[in-house]
Amino acid sequence: MEKTYRSYKSCPFSGKDAPKIDYKDIKLLQRFISERGKMLPSRITFVCAKKQRELAKAIKRARFLALLPYVAD
Amino acid sequence: MSFYETTFIARQDLTPNSVEELADKYTALLSELNGKVTKRENWGLRVLAYKINKNRKGYYMFMNIDAPADAIKEMERQMRFDENILRTLTLKVDTLEEGPSAMLVPKGRRSQRQFEDNGSEE
Repeated sequence: MEKTYRSYKSCPFSGKDAPKIDYKDIKLLQRFISERGKMLPSRITFVCAKKQRELAKAIKRARFLALLPYVAD
Repeated sequence: MSFYETTFIARQDLTPNSVEELADKYTALLSELNGKVTKRENWGLRVLAYKINKNRKGYYMFMNIDAPADAIKEMERQMRFDENILRTLTLKVDTLEEGPSAMLVPKGRRSQRQFEDNGSEE
C-alpha cells in the first residue's frame, strides 16, 4: 500500500525493486482493482502504458481462475 | 519441448488426497508422453471469487510442465472430460519459475523486506 501514497508520480512496476506482474500474485493485483472489482485506470495508479497492458492481462487471467471477481458486490 | 504452467481447480467435495491422486494421474500421463512435471504446488481449498458450476470452493493445483505440445493438448483434452475438474488454465511460459510461487509466499513478509532494502540505499 505504501506505494500508492508516495508523493512523486512514477510507475510502480518500473525500476529495479519493482514487483513482477503475475496472475498468481492476487495480493498485488488487488491493489489495482476497485472495490467493485473493476480495474483502476492508470491515470490514478500511475502505471505506465506498457505495464498497464501486462497488468490487465494478469487481472483477466486471475479472474478466469476465480482468484479475483469479475463483479464484486 | 516447451515450458508450460497449468492450474486446475478441482471440485470441492473431493478429499485432499484424491486431489493429489488427480494430479498424480496427469503427471503420469505427461511422463508417458515424454513430458515431465518439474514442480507441483497444492494451493489447497480456496473460496472461489464467483460460483463455477454451482461450486463455491475448489481445490487449486498448480504445475510447472516441460513437455511437447502434443502432450499438453492431450492433457487438456482429458481434463475437459474430467468431471472432477471445474476449470483449467494452461499458459506457455519462457522460463519455469523456481521456488514457491506468489500464491504460497506470504505477502507481508516480502513487502517488509522490500521496504528495508529501500531504506538502506537511501
